[in-house]
Amino acid sequence: MRYMLLCYDNEQAWKQAGAAALEDGMKEAIALTHDLDAKGQYVAAAPLQPPNTAVSVRVRNGKQSVTDGPFAETREVLGGYYIVDVANLDEAIQIAERHPGARYGAVEIRPILELPGLPKK
Amino acid sequence: MVNRPGHRPQLQFLSRLAKRWTMSTSASAIDVRSAVGEFYRTESRRVFATLVRLLGDFDLAEEAVHDAFAAALKQWPTEGVPENPRAWLVSAGRFKAIDGMRRRARFDASLGELAERIEARTSASGGADLDLVEDDRLRLIFTCCHPALAPEHQVALTLREVCGLTTEAIASAFLVTPATLAQRIVRAKAKIRDAGIPYQVPSREELPDRIETVLQVVYLVFNEGYSASSGDALTRPDLSREAIRLGRLLLELLPESEVIGLLALMLLHESRRAARTSATGEIVLLDDQDRSLWNREQIAEGESLVERAMASADVGPYVIQAAIAAVHASAENAKATDWAQIVSLYDLLTRVVPSPVVELNRAVAVAMRDGPTAGLSAIDAILDRGELVDYHLAHAARADLCRRLGRTADARNAYKQALSLARQEPERRFLEGRLAELA
Repeated sequence: MRYMLLCYDNEQAWKQAGAAALEDGMKEAIALTHDLDAKGQYVAAAPLQPPNTAVSVRVRNGKQSVTDGPFAETREVLGGYYIVDVANLDEAIQIAERHPGARYGAVEIRPILELPGLPKK
Repeated sequence: MVNRPGHRPQLQFLSRLAKRWTMSTSASAIDVRSAVGEFYRTESRRVFATLVRLLGDFDLAEEAVHDAFAAALKQWPTEGVPENPRAWLVSAGRFKAIDGMRRRARFDASLGELAERIEARTSASGGADLDLVEDDRLRLIFTCCHPALAPEHQVALTLREVCGLTTEAIASAFLVTPATLAQRIVRAKAKIRDAGIPYQVPSREELPDRIETVLQVVYLVFNEGYSASSGDALTRPDLSREAIRLGRLLLELLPESEVIGLLALMLLHESRRAARTSATGEIVLLDDQDRSLWNREQIAEGESLVERAMASADVGPYVIQAAIAAVHASAENAKATDWAQIVSLYDLLTRVVPSPVVELNRAVAVAMRDGPTAGLSAIDAILDRGELVDYHLAHAARADLCRRLGRTADARNAYKQALSLARQEPERRFLEGRLAELA
């Protein structure tokens, strides 16, 4: 089964932890992706630029609107994702526990809805 | 993987039973029918647990269990009871499920493929492998108590699928409509399927955390039966009985110290049931209970379990709470209780699981050891931190200590506060009674 791991980071906590900790965390996350790849569990992963780079697009009655944001009021913001291919939820949970951001924020696990008809990659 | 004592005698019992029936060719069809009924009562959940593994789906397995027992009712009276009835039932259930899928494949081709896959993956005899079958019961418990499910869903699913209670019985025990309860079970099963919650005993590393969730579910069921959170009756003994049964099953499958501790704790609490309420359904506090009403058998079993659990290397919260209950159980009356021992066990408990409720219980024990003034200042310290201010028992305990110190006005205020927070009818009547005494 494929799962998406949505990494919600606590930016405040990372800031408090310091630049060195953040760098170590990045290295740890990269190492994790290589480990997943070696086990045949890796599909994709990437960190995201911070929320102040975000743009929201809406189309209503054929009219598009592009706005700045959204800027979540919450402390935890979406900071990156993994897509993994594993046997079951417990294996996805074990991967999420190894993501460095889980120590400060949270990792939300969502099973991917396998929609037929999408281009194969 | 896990130590499984006690499963061999069970099997021997079954094959003896089967032999007796097959050999007595004169056994009437009625006898065999009642035997099938007895098998249903004792074996259907095991057969179900194995069929979930073989078929990979709760609903398919449930249907297959019913088909298997229906087949037994039809075949056993003429063909005799098979030598290994459980394996027969599993195999019949598996066959019926695959057969049913093939027939429906005319309308849905994917069912045909599924039937092929299940048939290829599971051999006809595969379901009967003893170690696998014993693990199936654990798999079922861990899946029903998976932390990805909401607690009320874990409880509903465990009582339905592991204990085999009907939806109606669970609904009435939790004071919800059968429709609500049925919906919980449907949602929980959907989540198991859609989120890919596995049907497996967790790995060694995951086991301690996952056992904790299972124990929480069992203890929640027990407590709902021992001290119903709302409603007219103080307790619902059937739920507590079910929780103890679950506790025994867990201990048989997973003899870890906290599993022993939880069973001991439940037995020691349960032993006081008859003394906890008066003939008119009013609450009787521990100190005032007629201890001759306590169930000595349950106490003896609880005490020996506590001893066994305390001998293990790491002692967890259930073991410590059971040890506290055992100290109470061994005292002839409240005065003769070893309060110093109880306070030191609460100290240990506070270190293992820091919580204001544990501190409150410790404060009450301190009041018994050192007098009401010491207890009162411990309770006030908790409330001054802003904790437990909405917890009726904190105010009730405070009221009782003020009453004992002759601070009547303070006691009245605290009882009123407790009364405004209590939801359970017998508790409210108890508090009203105390308040009236102070008028």
